Amino acid sequence: MLGLGSDLLWADMNRLLRLLFHEGVLDEQFLQLQQLQDETSPNFVSQVINMYFHESEKLLNNLRSLLIQAHDDDFADYNKMAIHLNQFIGSSSSIGAKRLTSLCLAFRAATHHTNRPGCLRALEMLEHEYCYLKNKLHELFHIEQQRALVAAARYPLHDNNQ
Amino acid sequence: MTMENGVDDGSDQFPKGMRVLAVDDDPTCLMVLETLLRRCQYHVTTTSQAIKALKLLRENKFDLVISDVHMPDMDGFKLLELVGLEMDLPVIMLSANGDTKLVMKGISHGACDYLLKPVRIEELKNIWQHVIRRKKFDSNKTRNSDKPNSEAGNVLGSAGAGNSEQNGKLNKKRKDQDDEEDEEQDNGHDNEDPSAQKKPRVVWSVELHRKFVAAVNQLGIDKAVPKKILDLMNVEKLTRENVASHLQKYRLYLKRISCVANQQANMVAALGSADPSYLRMGSMSGVGHLQALSSSGQFPNNAFRSFPPTGMVSRLNTPTGLNVHGFPSSGAFQLGQSQNLSNSSVEQLKYLSSIVPVNQNSVHGMQVPMGLDPLQNNKGVNPVQNLTTGIDAKTNFPVSNKLPDPHSRVASGAHPPLLGNSNNALMLEARPQDTRRVIEYEDLASSVPSQHSELPFSLLDQGRYSDNWSNAVQSSRIQTGSYPSSESFRQSAIPATDNMASLPLQEGNLSVSSSISLLPNQSYNSLLDTHSQPVILANRTGHVSNNDVPFQGWDDHNQDASYPSNAVCSTVNTVTPVSSAVCHTPINSALHRNLDFNYGDSLQMKRDAVAKLAAKETSLKPHLGNIMNQQKSQQSHFSNNVGSLEDLVSSMMKQVKTSMHYSED
Repeated sequence: MLGLGSDLLWADMNRLLRLLFHEGVLDEQFLQLQQLQDETSPNFVSQVINMYFHESEKLLNNLRSLLIQAHDDDFADYNKMAIHLNQFIGSSSSIGAKRLTSLCLAFRAATHHTNRPGCLRALEMLEHEYCYLKNKLHELFHIEQQRALVAAARYPLHDNNQ
Repeated sequence: MTMENGVDDGSDQFPKGMRVLAVDDDPTCLMVLETLLRRCQYHVTTTSQAIKALKLLRENKFDLVISDVHMPDMDGFKLLELVGLEMDLPVIMLSANGDTKLVMKGISHGACDYLLKPVRIEELKNIWQHVIRRKKFDSNKTRNSDKPNSEAGNVLGSAGAGNSEQNGKLNKKRKDQDDEEDEEQDNGHDNEDPSAQKKPRVVWSVELHRKFVAAVNQLGIDKAVPKKILDLMNVEKLTRENVASHLQKYRLYLKRISCVANQQANMVAALGSADPSYLRMGSMSGVGHLQALSSSGQFPNNAFRSFPPTGMVSRLNTPTGLNVHGFPSSGAFQLGQSQNLSNSSVEQLKYLSSIVPVNQNSVHGMQVPMGLDPLQNNKGVNPVQNLTTGIDAKTNFPVSNKLPDPHSRVASGAHPPLLGNSNNALMLEARPQDTRRVIEYEDLASSVPSQHSELPFSLLDQGRYSDNWSNAVQSSRIQTGSYPSSESFRQSAIPATDNMASLPLQEGNLSVSSSISLLPNQSYNSLLDTHSQPVILANRTGHVSNNDVPFQGWDDHNQDASYPSNAVCSTVNTVTPVSSAVCHTPINSALHRNLDFNYGDSLQMKRDAVAKLAAKETSLKPHLGNIMNQQKSQQSHFSNNVGSLEDLVSSMMKQVKTSMHYSED
């Protein structure tokens, strides 16, 4: 029973991952992250992702304030936005958030052209995509945690059997 | 055999345990990178700040550095340069932006590779090649040569201490050096300096670099060859290859700052003529002083630029009754204004000692102590320092010998201290680059015979700062016979061959009084003009009467310990002497207004010196106080500009303070 639960959870997780890959939300880099997780760093993926979320939210807030505040004078600080975006691109690509990275790239291109409406659109899409990614990843972690719980409960049984 | 040269023994193990320093301001990327590197079995250290990274690099040994390009506290390229210069390690750049221009920039700054984010582990698995490649070379050579230390004979011998591998490496190093000089890299990545050899990793500490620069200056930047530099430096454990690669980097650095230095040098030259000799000139018209000043203003530092020539011109109009005394003070005053100059002299020293700081404060170098107040260009003390290097190309020291362009020379001010010559003050004002003004000054100065011959101008003639300066110093010494205390300066100046001008200036300044003739060239004339102004001002303040005292004071002063510091400073800008002179007379206050004390601390020091002298003249005291205050305020202003300058200045200040009393303030 427990084993079954664990297997089910495992199936759920895989399904979710497949979906995300299929949608282009994640790419191989994410798999690399998973591969880096081992006994020495058992929570590596969740640590990195959480840190990523923390930083990303700051970046998004900065971007929003830079862009929206410029509404009056129409002089948005595109350079600063580009700097933030650079960082966002770096971190997003490092964790394998493919779709988010492409949106950032588009956003950055818009800043280079000082295209305010383009930037606004890009920002909205970025925020939307970010929320989606965050939800999906949280879901993934949730399944993972459950799996771990189930597995922990399972192993003792396993040992007993052995 | 440990890691350093693990090539022989553990080439198969080498990648493991390779010490990598990872720098990235993004914590997510840094964490991923660290984990990836650990997975490659490297020994990883991480930091998110570039400054901290440098500190770590200095304190510990690393084999490789991976750094992000965009960082908030320091540009990644700058870090790259610094690491290459100081530690000579391979640096890999990392960025989310793969723009060709950026990649090109990275390579041209010496990165041995440029990776794009997201970094994959496959790429990281290869980075050890950058390190091992060099070692491989060495190890190959080592295998070929079996002599344990004999090979090292020509090199340091210390590195490997009997390590045949070391020896081999040394040989290899030499050979590699040649290869690298030809830019034959193993792979296209190693575009860094040829000195990629790292055998015994030579860390170019401040001290070492100072010696290096001193040696280069002594030899002359054009004639500096690694072998001679090595001999002059007389440092154990240093190979010719180390020196060669460092020299290469140094030259690049000089080139970079030379442009700025040129401008500053001109100014400095103008200022530089404010030698004490002008003071002597006493009777010399303002013009003459100007010349003197101009000669002293030879400081290569662009800081001279800071003195608006216009100011000087206006000064010239003032009564020529400026006595020499007054002049010097004004000159000094002006110099003081160009705190930068003084700072620069200090900085110069500093610069010499370490190129790294200079790099960072390249502006500093440009600022010639000449800081003729009118010229607000002070970039800060730096110029002087940097200028010394850059001046090489640009400073046109009017020195009689070589003024290619008299006007410009004056400006370049590499000339030693304007020393009190009012002319000097004027000179200081002259912008090095402002040849127009120089011409104006010239007119004024035309009346003044080139008595400056004595002036440091001769010294100033520093086509190449290093060469000229040392020569100039010598010549100035000779010329400034009237400057008894020049001896003291000389000594102090000598060490600062880099400062070059300082020495000559001192002496020149002293002899200013005797001869404005120091200004052999027109440039001097122009300088004189500038000088005359300050001098005139001095007169106006009515302190001219101090004539005798100040000069005397100068003599005494020269002997002061502070002088040496001035000497040092003077190289940077002739200001130092002037500043002290300035302090002397009440004119200073007048001058203050006009002159912009770009010289930071050096000026302060001079003030101290001057203050001392001023002590002799009670009348001066009140003025000095003013000046000092003004100078101080100016200094602080300038000191802000240059970080390293402050250090220099403070060190110089200490020198001065020990010798003098700053009673006024």
